[in-house]
Amino acid sequence: MDHQVLTAGLFLSVVALTLFITIKASRSSSGTDDFYAGGRSFSPIQNGLAIGGDYMSAASFLGISGAIALAGYDGFLYSIGFLVAWLVALLLVAEMLRNSGRFTMADQLAYRMKQRPVRTAAATSTVTVSIFYLLAQMVGAGSLVVLLLGIDKTNTLAVSAVIAGVGALMIVYVTVGGMKGTTWVQIVKAVLLMIGSAVIVVLVLAKFDFNLSELLGAAQSNSGKTGFLEPGLKYGIDTLHKLDFLSLGIALVLGTAGLPHILVRFYTVPTSRDARKSVLWAIGLIGVFYLFTLVLGFGAAALLNTGAGSDVATSDGNLASPLLAEAVGGGAGSTGGAILLAVISAVAFATILAVVAGLTLTSSTSVAHDIYNSVIRKGKATEAEEIRVTRFAAAGLGVIAILLAIPARNLNIAFLVGLAFAVAASANLPAIVYNMFWRRFNTRGATWSIYGGLVSCITLVFFSPVVSGKTGLNADGDVISKALFPLGVDFHLFPLENPGLISIPLGFFFGWLGTVTSKEPEAEERFTELEVRALTGAGAEQATVH
Amino acid sequence: MTSVAPHDPHEVASRHDPVYDELHASPEFAELRRRYRAFVFPATIGFLAWYLLYVVLSNWGGEFMNHKVLGNINVALIFGLLQFVTTFGLAWLYSRYSTARLDPLARELDERFIALAGKSSHGRTQH
Repeated sequence: MDHQVLTAGLFLSVVALTLFITIKASRSSSGTDDFYAGGRSFSPIQNGLAIGGDYMSAASFLGISGAIALAGYDGFLYSIGFLVAWLVALLLVAEMLRNSGRFTMADQLAYRMKQRPVRTAAATSTVTVSIFYLLAQMVGAGSLVVLLLGIDKTNTLAVSAVIAGVGALMIVYVTVGGMKGTTWVQIVKAVLLMIGSAVIVVLVLAKFDFNLSELLGAAQSNSGKTGFLEPGLKYGIDTLHKLDFLSLGIALVLGTAGLPHILVRFYTVPTSRDARKSVLWAIGLIGVFYLFTLVLGFGAAALLNTGAGSDVATSDGNLASPLLAEAVGGGAGSTGGAILLAVISAVAFATILAVVAGLTLTSSTSVAHDIYNSVIRKGKATEAEEIRVTRFAAAGLGVIAILLAIPARNLNIAFLVGLAFAVAASANLPAIVYNMFWRRFNTRGATWSIYGGLVSCITLVFFSPVVSGKTGLNADGDVISKALFPLGVDFHLFPLENPGLISIPLGFFFGWLGTVTSKEPEAEERFTELEVRALTGAGAEQATVH
Repeated sequence: MTSVAPHDPHEVASRHDPVYDELHASPEFAELRRRYRAFVFPATIGFLAWYLLYVVLSNWGGEFMNHKVLGNINVALIFGLLQFVTTFGLAWLYSRYSTARLDPLARELDERFIALAGKSSHGRTQH
């Protein structure tokens, strides 16, 4: 069978399946509790799977294995940081957020502070983090389709059409299915992704008689790079690169608990105890998956051509997993290879769609619930109005993400997500942690920490080599731009690619500064209530009963 | 800051329920908070320090990390895999601890809240 027909068929099946789930879920939804929080009636296992489905993005599946395939051991940092980060969410955030919030990240701050300023700030950072994250997913979708349909990478129109198609689908999921539809799409995707990657892992390991050391040895020799199995190949060149590694490491471990699309998942279960259990499920699932990425990455290094000009290298590693699937299926041109390539690409596509749906829902909910209802309508909007605004916001955000994804299409996905983590850790985490543990914290502290973290993070990224000045080699060995701006434009002032090392401490600093320079007795008084509610669940939002 | 009436519900959070003060003052709540913090604060410092040690050693611990232990498996890989083990382990420990030591107290306080809030003028808060 022509593999492009097969691939197209599988892609369409994924789209049809997810649309079916979405439409089915929309039938049982009514009101904001259902639309935004899935009625708070998912079980811990369901939510654990959905968290996995929301979290294991294209960055994890395509980006990490690609980073390992190209940079060897240094790529492994992503897996470890992405996993260890869940302890922050488990110990400090998940349960207390479930007990004190309702639909959005802002709810938890607004519980004891001035509604309008904190909701505006939290919605701004929610949308910003989500857009960075969305960019990464759409870049992933673009490079997948380019590979599968054999489109010339420089054919901007075709790649843009694919990105626009993903954007259109995500708008449909969110506007039709709400949180119930999105959750089911994420559950199905998590199962598909685990099975799909487990199959490839077993096939890769079988090639090396299930001997990890042999796989590593083959990766080392096939990569042709000395020190491939040791830390430092990518980040050990000089002190600056080492600081970049440290910066990325800190952003990864502190970012997860500040990701709005992850935080809202804690609202979809009946109690804080269920939120905790769902995080435990998620940690198990995600942990196993990241062990898989290790095998996928080193497997790609061992079995594929990753030299300059190869498909793996020119996609910045994003295509390592699908090409590895083709290789273990029998190689390019074989039927087995074509089938596995198509299946794994369809799984990657499902992965992208599920994450994109979660991100869009979260950010458009924040626009409707925090900005429209609380700031503009002062809490007087009806539930139907709020949901209608959410749908418009989803469409608007979809368009923005499409427009930004097109110029970003050659960046590594894991790297782009690393930036989203840096924004989340700088802007959101300080406010969330201060709010839960510091009685004195107040409105000015919250807004300063969010805007301070956000602005410093974005400014540092804008003046970093990622936006201008970074170069690399293309297939013909010519120097090309690896930054957002074309070759020749170079205004980078900040040397690090990941800003976390500077911007996360700044977020905490501004939160402290804003707090100590203002007094808000109401916020301190209401901390008593927040603390009781967060720790005991007294008065927390209830699951809806149908 | 704008000067608004402190009780406008959409400018200043104002749905304070006195029942919460009562619960907050109870010895059971103090004990619940103590137990929660006694676990999560040291645990958070511990796992963050352990993780940072890993990142720092990856950067500046060349000799040690590159040491081969078994075939091509070096200290760096084992160190990385140990991060998985400690993450799973700590998550499991917290689950056990919270089920045994936190949940019973939290439940008791929640039940007391329902009983008390039923009598108070505010009732169970809905916003």
